[in-house]
Amino acid sequence: MSPLLHVDNISKRFGGFTALDGVTLEVAPGERLGLIGPNGSGKSTFVNCISGTLQNEVGSVRFDNKVMDGLAAHQRTHHGMARSFQLPRPFHSMSLADNLRIPLLYTVHARPGQLRTSAELETRCHELLDMVGLLPKAWQMPRDLTQVEMRKLELARAMAAEPKLLIADEAMAGLSNSEVEDILALLFQLNERGISIILIEHIMSAVMKFSQRLAVLVSGKKIADGKPDEVVRNPEVVRAYIGE
Amino acid sequence: MTRVNTATFSLIMVAIGVVITLIAHAIGVDYLYFASYTILQFIVLATAWNILGGYCGYVNFGSAAFFALGAYSSVFVHKVFPLPVPLLIVVGALVSGLVGLGMGYLTLRLRGSFFAIATLALAVVLQTLVVNWDFVGGSRGAYIIRPEFLEIGSFKIPYIEYLFILMLALAIIALITARTIERSQLGFGFATIRDDELAAEACGVPTLRLKLIATALSGAFMGMAGAPFPYYIGYLQPQSAFSLEYAVNSIAMPMIGGTTSWVGPLVGAVLLGTAQQYATVTISSAVNLLIVGLMLVAFVIIAPNGLVGLVQERLRRKRS
Amino acid sequence: MDISFDLLINAIVAGLLLGGFYAAVTAGISISFGMLDIVNIAHPGFVILGSYLAYYINIHLGMDPIVVSIMMLPVFYALGCLIYQVYHLSFEKRGQDALRGLAFFFGLLFVTEVALILVFGVDYRYVEASYIGPSIHVGFVDLPLRMLVPCVAALILFGAIELFITRTFTGRAIMAVSQDQLALQLQAADPIKIKRIAFGLSIAVAAVAGALLIIIQPVEPSVGREYIGRVFAICVLGGLGSMPGTLIAAILLGIVESLTATFYGPSWAPAVAFGFLLLTLAFRPAGLLGR
Repeated sequence: MSPLLHVDNISKRFGGFTALDGVTLEVAPGERLGLIGPNGSGKSTFVNCISGTLQNEVGSVRFDNKVMDGLAAHQRTHHGMARSFQLPRPFHSMSLADNLRIPLLYTVHARPGQLRTSAELETRCHELLDMVGLLPKAWQMPRDLTQVEMRKLELARAMAAEPKLLIADEAMAGLSNSEVEDILALLFQLNERGISIILIEHIMSAVMKFSQRLAVLVSGKKIADGKPDEVVRNPEVVRAYIGE
Repeated sequence: MTRVNTATFSLIMVAIGVVITLIAHAIGVDYLYFASYTILQFIVLATAWNILGGYCGYVNFGSAAFFALGAYSSVFVHKVFPLPVPLLIVVGALVSGLVGLGMGYLTLRLRGSFFAIATLALAVVLQTLVVNWDFVGGSRGAYIIRPEFLEIGSFKIPYIEYLFILMLALAIIALITARTIERSQLGFGFATIRDDELAAEACGVPTLRLKLIATALSGAFMGMAGAPFPYYIGYLQPQSAFSLEYAVNSIAMPMIGGTTSWVGPLVGAVLLGTAQQYATVTISSAVNLLIVGLMLVAFVIIAPNGLVGLVQERLRRKRS
Repeated sequence: MDISFDLLINAIVAGLLLGGFYAAVTAGISISFGMLDIVNIAHPGFVILGSYLAYYINIHLGMDPIVVSIMMLPVFYALGCLIYQVYHLSFEKRGQDALRGLAFFFGLLFVTEVALILVFGVDYRYVEASYIGPSIHVGFVDLPLRMLVPCVAALILFGAIELFITRTFTGRAIMAVSQDQLALQLQAADPIKIKRIAFGLSIAVAAVAGALLIIIQPVEPSVGREYIGRVFAICVLGGLGSMPGTLIAAILLGIVESLTATFYGPSWAPAVAFGFLLLTLAFRPAGLLGR
């Protein structure tokens, strides 16, 4: 079966600084991939390049057998790629429900043959808010949310785009154990529906529990890619973390 | 609050327009037409600016350029093949809309601040081109003879009343358009661009396309406001068409009135416009502009959401 | 067109001198826009303010404008710090700098211009100094002192700023702030204070540039607006925050403007800068030597 996402040798430079150096990675349909690496290793740049927020200079990104290079971020989202932002970026002038309505209107509703009535969109909105436990606050504004709630909103907004691949960029940072469990359960639920997930995290327990496969980025290069238990015992990986 | 739908709102606006026209006709004082025309023109300019500035968050410093383009299109067409003013308005809309689109295509992929500077640059470049183009009068200016009356069969009104009615119609159209956009999916998309463009893209909003729509619409309305101007003023000089007065007012009026709703530019234009008419006559026009500038700075610091924002704050606090 | 060689060389030389001066005017924006990311379109307003202050003191006290400008440095530095405080508290902190910050500076520019019109009127004003009038002649090349002196002063000023930025602790802190605010905080330096110093500096430099401007040409309040395009065109063309780039771009612009004015007429000159700006923004926003 051909991979859902095929990242082929991408590189990205900012002036004299190389953020990504020839990274190749694949994600199969329905797979759970964990991506770890020390701070500054290029994980966020990687996400930005795949999702189209940044354009890589070298290499190519293929998603669902289509070439993504040169496509804007919104087009990639239409094709089925969704990402949450590491630092939540809600639309601060709108209520939570309206925040979710944006991807529903502009992505789901816009896909050919997927027209929804406003009643269906409304229901879907409430469903998503309920999934992350934010339904009671549907009409509140993002500024009234706690940090944790904002992360949940961020995730819900990515889910609202009904993606085939969801990239969760450090969605669990700063959460309590039970909150981490909640998010993990959510992600497992999504995965059961066939959605591939790339989990970028520092919380190793969550990563080990969740990932079917684990990749490691250090200084813009991928230094490991395989079964989680094997990867964590890889001497290079150990050195990258302990030697920090 | 009951939600009034677009059709009802349009009817109400047209009705108000008709009432205003009849009252003005009954009073029949020429000065009233001249003064009101200016205020109505500002309503159109402020509303147009707000579509790109308030809704999308992209500041346009070159409103004068789009306004002047409309005016100079009229001069150009008038010299080639005279057309009735309503058609000139359409021409003005097309010219300014297309230029807005073109400029947007070149600069909207950059950051908002670069776009703002580019609009300033455009205004100066256009002014230089016009000053050097003798066919439309160059720096000497162009005369357009304003007929004294508009006569259609047995129907006869002073020409200035005719211009007043046209500008009133334009203002109503602009306000209805702004309100419709605000409540539509398009306006929703605009708000995401203003709030967080990167996140908007990630959610599937085609930000460049929406920004181009906003720029084209905004430019088109400004051009429409400018098209009748040569007839209003009789003698068009680049200094008056490209006057800084238009740039400042089209920013100050929405920002003082309130940028998040269609009501803001209306409030700002009526209040500031009326105050300026009064000030220009009683004090000097320079002092008047100084006050506008100071008010802009003050409001931007103290009341960023304008007068409408202040009222909304009051209401919200009363409710809780 | 019959291009006289003499005319061509003189136009280029004039452009060079003008370009040196433009570099000084732009130095302030290189700091505020290039390094601090503050779109201070009111900058030319402060330049003109400097011009008028130099004029006033020159006319009433007979002092040399360059001397006046050096005296004005602390005053304008303080003014710049004050404006930055207002800007920071009102906009930067609230995260609303984009729209409102621009409107704020636009308002300031406008208020400055109109205030000057009210106080001084719209007539052109000029200063009197011993070096305005005579020229040095090198062969067929004319070097009018009223352009040469400001150009030299401008280059000295420009060099001083470059040294300050690269050699002093504060200067390097300013460069650091432009690249990574968090890292600076970790070094126990207050980024807000650094930015305030930088902005104050940019306004102080504007004042000096203003005093130089009125030596080169007579000024009236709306001259500031012509400089908006020039200053931002040079800044963008040279690559934001790159001082050497700014110098090269300034000289380039000066020469092209001078050639245009000489061979096509001075009424086309404003379009040159702004045309440059539009083209650069459209096709090469990173500038010639951009980061």
